[in-house]
Amino acid sequence: MTAAATNRLIVGPFNRVEGDLEVTLDIADGVVRDARVTAPMYRGFERILAGRAPEDALAIAPRICGICSVSQSVAAARALAQVAEVEVPENGVLAADLVLATENAADHLTHFILFFMPDFARPAYAGRWWFDAARRRFAASHGEAPSILVPARARFLHVMGILAGKWPHSLALQPGGTTKSIDPGERVRLLSILAEFRETLEHVVFADTLENVAVIGTVAALDAWAESRPFDHGDFRLFLHIARDLGLDRLGRGPNAFLSHGSFGLWPAGAMVDGTPLAFDPAQVAEDISHAWMETASIPDADKQDAYSWCKAPRLGNRVVEVGALARQVIAADPLARDLVAASGGTVRDRVVMRLVELARLVPAMENWVRALKPGAPFCVESPLPLRGTGIGLTEAARGALGHWLEVESGIIRSYQIVAPTTWNFSPRDAAGVPGPLEQALAGTPITPGETTPLAVQHVVRSFDPCMACTVH
Amino acid sequence: MSALAADDIGLVRALARFGIRLLWHPSLSEESGAEALAILENAAAGRVRVDALCVEGAVLTGPNGTGRFQMLSGTGKPLSHWIAAIAAHARAVVAVGSCAAYGGVPTATGNPTDAVGLGYAGGDCGGLLGADFRSVTGLPVINVAGCAPHPGWIVETLADLSLGDFDSARLDHFGRPRAFADHLAHHGCGRNEFYEFKASAAKASDRGCLMENLGCKATQAPGDCNIRRWNGYGSCTDGGFTCINCTSPGFQDPGAPFQETAKLAGIPVGLPLDMPKAWFVALAALSKSATPARVRTNAHADHVVVPPARKPPKTP
Repeated sequence: MTAAATNRLIVGPFNRVEGDLEVTLDIADGVVRDARVTAPMYRGFERILAGRAPEDALAIAPRICGICSVSQSVAAARALAQVAEVEVPENGVLAADLVLATENAADHLTHFILFFMPDFARPAYAGRWWFDAARRRFAASHGEAPSILVPARARFLHVMGILAGKWPHSLALQPGGTTKSIDPGERVRLLSILAEFRETLEHVVFADTLENVAVIGTVAALDAWAESRPFDHGDFRLFLHIARDLGLDRLGRGPNAFLSHGSFGLWPAGAMVDGTPLAFDPAQVAEDISHAWMETASIPDADKQDAYSWCKAPRLGNRVVEVGALARQVIAADPLARDLVAASGGTVRDRVVMRLVELARLVPAMENWVRALKPGAPFCVESPLPLRGTGIGLTEAARGALGHWLEVESGIIRSYQIVAPTTWNFSPRDAAGVPGPLEQALAGTPITPGETTPLAVQHVVRSFDPCMACTVH
Repeated sequence: MSALAADDIGLVRALARFGIRLLWHPSLSEESGAEALAILENAAAGRVRVDALCVEGAVLTGPNGTGRFQMLSGTGKPLSHWIAAIAAHARAVVAVGSCAAYGGVPTATGNPTDAVGLGYAGGDCGGLLGADFRSVTGLPVINVAGCAPHPGWIVETLADLSLGDFDSARLDHFGRPRAFADHLAHHGCGRNEFYEFKASAAKASDRGCLMENLGCKATQAPGDCNIRRWNGYGSCTDGGFTCINCTSPGFQDPGAPFQETAKLAGIPVGLPLDMPKAWFVALAALSKSATPARVRTNAHADHVVVPPARKPPKTP
């Protein structure tokens, strides 16, 4: 990090984000005037996939990332399923949903306890009335919350051991369904794992039932819920009090435009710009490379003029959109999500709130899916591929919309394009000079004099739950 | 992220039992930006003792040897610079995962980023640090291979190092700790009865042996994957899919699709490592002819269709 010139600050590396990230800030009058977000790594996965057998995408694509591994598998399997034109049997749909929901829920929890909250335990906040509680609960590595919730997450991931063999990097998710059939004993074990996880969430994170949290439908109801018990009863409540004290409901305002691919049949696909819902058409997704070190969509050019990131700039019909749990719930017309963004357009508080509310909704849904599994009925059908065809695999990773665009010719992959959630959120400027979502969200962020790694900037960056590894696949 | 679930109590606590403290971890440490760089600079200058430098991920040396495909943000320098500088002072260097060990998936299909491992480029000694590299304590790069490696392999290797009597005899010919690499993924496979009778799966989700048709390399793959459980209950073959030998250099380019068995004249090319081919073929033919109907039927189903034989109750 250097403080070059008078008011330019280069911030990095960012701890507690997945992968590497650098942010260049132009600062005037104590606030960020202009931000440039740089992904400093190029990985070439799209070129690695081209020329291989199409099914090899099932082994290669998840290995883009050790945290969104299953999301990448789901997108690859769906793209292949479209080429093969197969219908996945009901058990296969349920099992794949369970595996994806396990990853999403584990990621939401990991983000909250390990990546996002430890910033409030930093010495810079020592004078705040809530600091002692934040320090006790969330100090990186040795806080009380990680000491309980990291083991709880590990035991929750036993769902993966049963349904997917292991996590990350499972080949259980196939175009025709899942490879692991579940017998009655395993179904019981799955319910036990979920029961234990629910208990920990209700006891530690929410200090309330998941159902009570899931139904919070307005900002006023959220505030009332926060006030209904002492401020440190449950880590979610502690966060809400910190958020109010620090004005996180006004920090990191995004583009007020959202995209979701839809997930689990619970939440539909769609887009919304400035409060107006739009239908989602994958054909409207285009990647702008005007400010990326890219010569073409897949071929790098490290010396390109005006470029400052390895990240491309996906746009939905030329529009900058934000993706993630907040976007998913806004698009699903969730009353709380809509109420949050109506006032603010999407801020640090909103992103974190909807991640935790979504967690409270996922676990009960998972319990229902396990009960719906039918031991003895098929989990997978054969999915032979034609020699040519195209497929689009759309899904939602924890951190937002993920899409795989696949083209098969002569029985091999001709082209494979991946648009990952953080590629949307952390995109650089496009040809029209419009900044990406994080770049917009950082504008106006206050900087305290003398700060070299500004805390408010870190809150904004981490509120998106970025995965840089996927971004620069 | 897989390591975070180590021993079901988490990486930090699993290591703390052995007095191991993380100097800095990109996902777990509080320090960010300037504070993080200060730690790295101290380590690179030898001002702070580093018992083990653990590196995840391949080192991207492109384009044209500049390392600009992988810069450490805030420093203007490629990550390779930082790894080499800290490795020079570290008492041990541990490559966590097959990418850091051998290059792994980024080196597949033409290696577009000129990726290498720390001590190997593919199956050849060398890589970023060079074939002659030895850490301060005289050890070559320790390769906790696997994609991803089992969390237990990572924790146990670091814990073993902390006990003070680790030597290179505990590593195999590809630098992998023998503690897990002396086993094969095949050992303890739940499909063993199907393997014995060569009752093979024909399609995804079949219960039969995955070796003959679906590309399984467990009989050649180092790792105790089926002895120790993954995520409490699982393994690749228990999960219904094939072992792709992810602990070995070159696994990313198997020469055939991952989920298909390469064959020559109908016989799998990749037979068990140390078995004479003629014997294998002869035994396979013999065991196939002896396969019980129960095993043959179940091999082609996703659940047990015919349970082990029980004598029917006598009817009066």
